[in-house]
Amino acid sequence: MKQLAALQQQGRRSNSFRSNSSPLDATVDGAIKSPATIFWLFLHGLCCLISLVLGFRFSRLVFFLLFSASPSPSTTTIYSALRTTLPAISSPQERNVSADGAGSRVVVGRHGILIRPWPHPDPAEVMKAHRIIERVQAEQRSQYGVKNPRTVVAITPTYVRTFQTLHLTGVMHSLMNVRYDLVWIVVEAGGTTNETASLIAKSGLKTIHIGVEGKMPLLWEDRHKFESRMRLHALRIVRDKKLDGIVMFADDSNMHSLELFDEIQNVKWIGTVSVGILAHSGGSEEGDLLMRETHADEKDEKKSQIPVQGPACNASGNLAGWHTFDTQPFVERSAIYIGDRAVVLPRKLEWAGFVLNSRLVWEDVEGNPVWVKDLVEIGKDGEDIESPLSLLTDTSVVEPLGSCGRKVLLWWLRVEARADSKFPARLLELLSFSTTISETSLLLYIWIIDPPLDITVPAKRTPWPDAPPELPAYVEKVTTIPENTEKRPAKSGSKRKRSSRSKRKHNVKVLDIRASTKQAGDN
Amino acid sequence: MLKLRRPSSSRSGRAILPAKQMQLAVLNGKKSKDTEEVSARCEMEFSMWGCLLLALFTASIGVEGIDRRGARTERISGSAGDVLDDNPVGKLKVYVYELPSKYNKKILHKDPRCLTHMFAAEIFMHQFLLTSAVRTLNPNEADWFYTPVYSTCDLAPNGLPLPFKSPRMMRSAIQLISARWPYWNRTEGADHFFLVPHDFGACFHYQEEKAIKRGILPLLQRSTLVQTFGQQNHVCLNDGSITIPPYAPPEKIMSHLIPPDTPRSIFVYFRGLFYDVNNDPEGGYYARGARASMWENFKNNPLFDISTDHPTTYYEDMQRAVFCLCPLGWAPWSPRLVEAVIFGCIPVIIADDIVLPFADAIPWEEIGVFVAEKDVPYLDTILTSIPVDVILRKQRLLANPSMKQAMLFPQPAQSGDAFHQILNGLARKLPHDKRIYLKPGEKVLNWTAGPVGDHKPW
Repeated sequence: MKQLAALQQQGRRSNSFRSNSSPLDATVDGAIKSPATIFWLFLHGLCCLISLVLGFRFSRLVFFLLFSASPSPSTTTIYSALRTTLPAISSPQERNVSADGAGSRVVVGRHGILIRPWPHPDPAEVMKAHRIIERVQAEQRSQYGVKNPRTVVAITPTYVRTFQTLHLTGVMHSLMNVRYDLVWIVVEAGGTTNETASLIAKSGLKTIHIGVEGKMPLLWEDRHKFESRMRLHALRIVRDKKLDGIVMFADDSNMHSLELFDEIQNVKWIGTVSVGILAHSGGSEEGDLLMRETHADEKDEKKSQIPVQGPACNASGNLAGWHTFDTQPFVERSAIYIGDRAVVLPRKLEWAGFVLNSRLVWEDVEGNPVWVKDLVEIGKDGEDIESPLSLLTDTSVVEPLGSCGRKVLLWWLRVEARADSKFPARLLELLSFSTTISETSLLLYIWIIDPPLDITVPAKRTPWPDAPPELPAYVEKVTTIPENTEKRPAKSGSKRKRSSRSKRKHNVKVLDIRASTKQAGDN
Repeated sequence: MLKLRRPSSSRSGRAILPAKQMQLAVLNGKKSKDTEEVSARCEMEFSMWGCLLLALFTASIGVEGIDRRGARTERISGSAGDVLDDNPVGKLKVYVYELPSKYNKKILHKDPRCLTHMFAAEIFMHQFLLTSAVRTLNPNEADWFYTPVYSTCDLAPNGLPLPFKSPRMMRSAIQLISARWPYWNRTEGADHFFLVPHDFGACFHYQEEKAIKRGILPLLQRSTLVQTFGQQNHVCLNDGSITIPPYAPPEKIMSHLIPPDTPRSIFVYFRGLFYDVNNDPEGGYYARGARASMWENFKNNPLFDISTDHPTTYYEDMQRAVFCLCPLGWAPWSPRLVEAVIFGCIPVIIADDIVLPFADAIPWEEIGVFVAEKDVPYLDTILTSIPVDVILRKQRLLANPSMKQAMLFPQPAQSGDAFHQILNGLARKLPHDKRIYLKPGEKVLNWTAGPVGDHKPW
């Protein structure tokens, strides 16, 4: 095909073959069938045939083949992939139109295409390249990024529950990727536990693990209030220890983008960012939810599908008001207790959307602005502190961050399993769990379903990644769990729930649909 | 000899600091060195008092001069010295011949695409010279003579220039100026300069073999040629020619800038052809096989983001890359070099013996990476073995705004841009050697040399 195209194309290349053939044509026209004529005719035909096969530069090719000392096969001169292991070919100067008689080393003409024997990446070099890129990026950051980075103090309220590992590992990895100094204050409801402690010890971050007395309540309303109390407790720790830096509230089921941590370095006293609210619960309700939100946008909501809480700015870029979550459409359908199938609603303004300069909560600092209340006076009477705005006497001083709230830098989500769900302790590797099976028992490093399941049906789908699994619409009993855990008894602490990128794989095993809706929490 | 230059960022028209051996270039958006470095240098060479005064003065000006982006750069000085900021006004005088509009305006009217393709420098240079301060209307006091002939404006339907009539056009223009004015015959063109931005300069052909056979147009042998093509020991590059960057539209480039803190995450970037199947079906001719070799060796390498795509985010992607490949094509130069310099991506130049733009003013070996064509299969080893501090230094040099200015042809012209670099180059060739002036009646050039087709009147 290539040769045909080459033949057809008169183009820029001179066709020496044609010039050779014109004297032959003259003799053919003579029409005298002498032996010489026949001989020339035959030669002519042979040349035509060979040139069809080898390409229209046949004459020069013959020259090369006749006079080249290389023993290599002629096919390599036709297709131009020449290997560097054949030194004779790697400097082919068969069309030696030299650029200049005066010693130019660069020749015009056809060159070989040099391919090294193993044209694939070398892992050592790939690592070197990545180190170069890291260094270049560090240099970029130091030149164009934040000049004097301050320590980030992240406050996370948590408690031991089914999805704690899932959520907390997510936050932990986000915080581990933050490029600034970080102090992580983990406040735990019901006192500190070994499970949480062992989990956060893996982060390698500087952590402060404190406990707050009292079990986490079952109802969402109460849970919000309890969490506010926990955060205030953490702020007291900041005050007592005189931690210096920027305080941000990293709830354990939220998702944070790394740009958030870069952006909050710009805060002076108290700032606010836009928080995307992922209030969907998934499943058949999703369509209704979307419809409702588009109706609800006659208020101060942004015209996006996903509601956003955050600052609203006027034309000159100053804070003019707040976008809040409109709970109107959800009032009768909201979740009441943890693990409820309905939509979990956020408060009007979530704590997560605020960042403070830690000096605001210190006691008796002279440089503090007048509009901040003292921490000890807040929450003393057990009233509900809905948002850090209660710390201020004048809410107009809040600085809008993230180009005045236009950038959504973190996502709020609350997905929990039912409070009575059973889950294994951290020390076990876990693939999935059952919440409707009556009893499970932990026996050393083996998790046995006891008594054995009454009905066992072989799994329709394999759990392995090459088969794309589907979200089951029905409860599916899986029998392979005991064998799997027996085979891998000794892998402690590896979070297989979270390690797989194909999140949907877990759905096949998860029997509780409500728990399976926590997809987005993975990222 | 000490050269202390303190450019400051200011509106034009600031007072020039009258200090010993100091020049303040008045530029838009220029940045100054850190004032600490000023004082450090000072202490070494000046007296303390003078130094303090100087430092105080420059601190007052220099603070404003720090780039608002806070980038750290380094001064650029090539073999001719730190000349990128030189102001050519006052150093030379240029006389612009007034040719009939069939040589310039009419051609442009016929095809306005000439204003945006990569050969547009000849048109913009003419427009710049007409309104420049170096122009003189008195040819008797001129140092250089410019002939505005748009020889690269005869475009094929697909936009590529056809050079077949250019030799005749040039010859006809020279006949005109030698007949109407005495200045050509005085030196047979040795103090004239022409812009020939085509593929192989004044050889006027796009095919290298044919261009070499033709050689430089005989009538232009004594003139200074300002061209984009540059290759050492090549027929189409005369000694004393000035190499310039190809034209790249400045507004288009500037409109695609992204914030400089966007991390550079692509290691090597390239977009373009590897095989030219239309003109080189067998392979091995196009780019002397270097581009094909690049593709075959690195198409599987995740560090190399190379393809034949035409993405709309081409400029943005270059700003996110550490290295940008600038291999030769049919000719060794390409606008990729200009784009790489402007976007701060280190150019990896794969073209043997190439002569880069303004080679005496810009030390390209310190700024770019040169890879021999035979070393292309080992490009990844070469690039990853460059020490990191060398890479950072190259990026600092590239961040220098005078470097970026020198590659562009902005409308209207700004100081330090490519127009000024051309004039600087011409000024550096002054004063003319007395031997170029011929005795009356003496003839050096052969007017009948060259292919017969060139002698046809245009």
